[in-house]
Amino acid sequence: MTYFAAIVPELILTIGAIVLMMAAAFAGRRASGAISWAAVALLVAATVALIGAPTHAGPVFGGLIAADGFASFGKVVIFPSAAVAVLMAHGWFERGTEHANEYPVLILFSAVGMSVMVSATNLMSLYVGLELLSLASYVLASYRRTDDRSAEAGLKYFVLGALASGILLYGISLLYGFTGTMTFTGLAAAFAREGVHSLGLLFGLVFLLSGIAFKISAVPFHMWTPDVYEGAPTPVTAFFATAPKAAGILMGVRVCVEALGPATDAWRQIIVVAALLSIFLGAVGAWGQMNIKRLLAYSSINNVGFALIGLAAGGAAGASAVLFYIAVYVVMTLGAFLCALWMRDANGEPIEDMASLAGLSQTRPALAGAFAIFMFSLAGAPPLFGFWAKLVVFDAAVSAGLVPLAVAGILGAVIGAYYYLKVVKIMYMEEPAPAYMRVREPAQGLVMFACALLVSPAGYLLIGPLGSLADRAAGTLL
Amino acid sequence: MSGLPVLTILIALPLFAGVVCLFVNAQAARWIALLSTLAGLALGAGMWVAFVAGGPRWQFTEHLALAGNFTWALGVDGIALLLMELTLFLMPICILASWRSIQHRVPEYMAAFLLMDALMVGVFAAQDLFLFYVFFEGSLIPMYLIIGVWGGVERIKASYKFFLYTFLGSVLMLIAMLYMVSTSGTTSIPALMAYDFPPEVQTWLWLAFLASFAVKLPMWPVHTWLPDAHVQAPTAGSVILAGILLKLGAYGFVRFSLPMFPDASAQFMPLMFTLSGIAIVYTSLVALVQKDMKKLIAYSSVAHMGFVTFGLFAMNRQGIEGALIVMLSHGLVSGALFLIVGVIYDRMHTREIAAYGGLSNNMPGYALLFMVFTMAAVGLPGTSGFVGEFLSLTGTYHASTWGALAGTTGIILSACYMLWLYWQICFGQARTKEAAAMPDLSVREWWLLGPIALAVLWMGVYPESFLAPMRNDVGYILQRTERVAPAGDSLPTPGKQPLKILDAGAAHK
Repeated sequence: MTYFAAIVPELILTIGAIVLMMAAAFAGRRASGAISWAAVALLVAATVALIGAPTHAGPVFGGLIAADGFASFGKVVIFPSAAVAVLMAHGWFERGTEHANEYPVLILFSAVGMSVMVSATNLMSLYVGLELLSLASYVLASYRRTDDRSAEAGLKYFVLGALASGILLYGISLLYGFTGTMTFTGLAAAFAREGVHSLGLLFGLVFLLSGIAFKISAVPFHMWTPDVYEGAPTPVTAFFATAPKAAGILMGVRVCVEALGPATDAWRQIIVVAALLSIFLGAVGAWGQMNIKRLLAYSSINNVGFALIGLAAGGAAGASAVLFYIAVYVVMTLGAFLCALWMRDANGEPIEDMASLAGLSQTRPALAGAFAIFMFSLAGAPPLFGFWAKLVVFDAAVSAGLVPLAVAGILGAVIGAYYYLKVVKIMYMEEPAPAYMRVREPAQGLVMFACALLVSPAGYLLIGPLGSLADRAAGTLL
Repeated sequence: MSGLPVLTILIALPLFAGVVCLFVNAQAARWIALLSTLAGLALGAGMWVAFVAGGPRWQFTEHLALAGNFTWALGVDGIALLLMELTLFLMPICILASWRSIQHRVPEYMAAFLLMDALMVGVFAAQDLFLFYVFFEGSLIPMYLIIGVWGGVERIKASYKFFLYTFLGSVLMLIAMLYMVSTSGTTSIPALMAYDFPPEVQTWLWLAFLASFAVKLPMWPVHTWLPDAHVQAPTAGSVILAGILLKLGAYGFVRFSLPMFPDASAQFMPLMFTLSGIAIVYTSLVALVQKDMKKLIAYSSVAHMGFVTFGLFAMNRQGIEGALIVMLSHGLVSGALFLIVGVIYDRMHTREIAAYGGLSNNMPGYALLFMVFTMAAVGLPGTSGFVGEFLSLTGTYHASTWGALAGTTGIILSACYMLWLYWQICFGQARTKEAAAMPDLSVREWWLLGPIALAVLWMGVYPESFLAPMRNDVGYILQRTERVAPAGDSLPTPGKQPLKILDAGAAHK
């Protein structure tokens, strides 16, 4: 019974999702509003259930998952951003799609998958969580099945995702074959015992990391990202760029620190290369983009690179930096996508071309202001909070003695700043384009305002609490 | 003023006023901006009175721990105080200068300026390393918008160049700061000023800080963003850029490079002197051939910053005090010169020198004030420019006679281009009908330029008011650097024995 106490959030979500799926099937499309609010309520309830959870409940279900502080931190980031993804779809799928009901349900299932991912302490449960997320994601990407781009995105994501899952599974099987165990502690012991001199272990490690790199779209496994992000419906893209990305990175952190901790020197070089490539390719790739979703896709690749810099630092300090960065990244990205979601022409049709943003500061000053805050924050320009998140990961890298990595990474940040500035330039320095339709979604407006407030200089008040939370969460890893 | 968190008020007041500006109409925004900056000036004047010269090193200190390595720590010494006074003094003038010339999106403009005000005060007040960085870099965003939205024809390119250039310089400094904090375990600037880093580490840290400050100052050869930014920015933007933003780089040298890395500063002194010498001579020559008034003044700014780096890295009392006075004086004089350009630009909408001429006939008041600032820029005794440049060159001479030679050449060249500019604009016959028909200064414009002229003369006639608050702080810097300060080549050395002419004469006999 105590086992079930540790997985209350997952139980809430699973049971709730199954009930809502039935409701969605029988209630018809009129119920879509009620179902999405019910989904938000479930996610909020699951987040609330985390309060007071034991900071280290230890491994449960025979070491399959651990409901520790690290997992709780991940869930606190994932559930609310999934809830925002549900809110963002409000009024989006109702037009042109006959089945808006299943969207919240799919988000709920993927939230369960992500929550298993961040708690997994066994390669098997890790894989199950990841696949639960992936299957829901494939459907979500092609949710507007009558739209060619959406269908293409779904297909691309599915084919490439299946390939990556295969790679991951192959890595897992290699590790299992050479160590005889799938638990993270067992793997750590095996690596401590044999080092990475065993070619099988080394191969397993590389395949495992490649699979994870695909899921978090780190370069060189990023190719799917711009296409899928562009093709998927905007709320789905916002979801992909936040919660699953956070879950994937957190899962990677746990694997690297808990299971592969003794082999840090072996994986560090892989992570360093992936981090630098992601930062630079994410920055350079976005230069010519005029589609806001493609731009934000490259931005997410770029940001994964910064998170990986924290991971490369290794240990609890590095893990804590990654947690801090991810928490801030999710807020900035959700805000930026909310702004992109509100880009609608006079008839309410969504626009993705950045040229339509011209002169937004004169037609819609508040929206332009919020968008500018998110852009400057993503660029890491002080005094916005995104700067502090970057400072934290670079601090971890410098403290670990990786000064050249920090220097290279921060130069990449300057290159990346160019395209964030471009968005601000279009909004503030060009003559106004036709005005957007005024979107009447108070809930979305409220979330956007909250995100803007968090990344504004007011966010600096959170440095203490968020930092100590991240420290405590990372402390439960080892 | 004891107990009142005056520095926090000075930062919060313009921020608050800036937010209010966004929600009101143009005229109300102008008045809110003017009144809040005047209130800041009044508070600043009070601070100057309350500041005890020769008292505790850090005064008006505030300390509030926000997180492990981030504190809201404020406080000023004499150097920071005077630079802060300069900021507070120029701000209402900038607002007043934009009263008529900015008619487009006024509330946002005023908000950007007030944000700028808060950040500049914050830079000089910050006593926490990261807090300093946040304020230092934060100034990029409002300035980017000021240049990009309200600037001239080429404003977009100039704003990008400004942002990316300075951002690139600063991020390297950030890495150095992270390293310093991880080795020393403190983020407090006063504590770090007394911390001894190993000399080989100092070299790298010093270079990283140089990357940031050299761009900000700017030093040759990384000055190329400055002419673009200055020329394209609106008048008040140029004033802030030249008056205060450029001083951030020099302030960084005074606050970080010299006291924290004295060994590296001494090691790189030849480099700094070479770059300063090139900056002074080369940019003065470039200024000589400009056709655009703003560009000429922009290049002259780069040249004047050469005197600052000369004086600072001479590492003696005259040099450092001179450099600090040049910073204050240049803040006033170049700001005033940009306003002088702005006055006639508002009337004719061209910056071409060739479009003007003979203004002393129809604008005598204007010609008078222009003359005062020209003389100050040239360094005529009795103006602030003289005091700073003289002290700085005296200090330089102690450290390197070649440096002083380059510096004095620059003074001659500055007389060439400034007098040429004055001659072309104010003397002779008007070249265009419009120029001959321009009215003299309005009351508002007198209020812009008059106070600056008075300050320039005050600093020139009685510099002690400005030297006194800084004296002890310069002493603290010297304490840190005297161990490594260069001996210099101007000291009397034992030469050859004089020829014994008398004896030779006796031998002939």
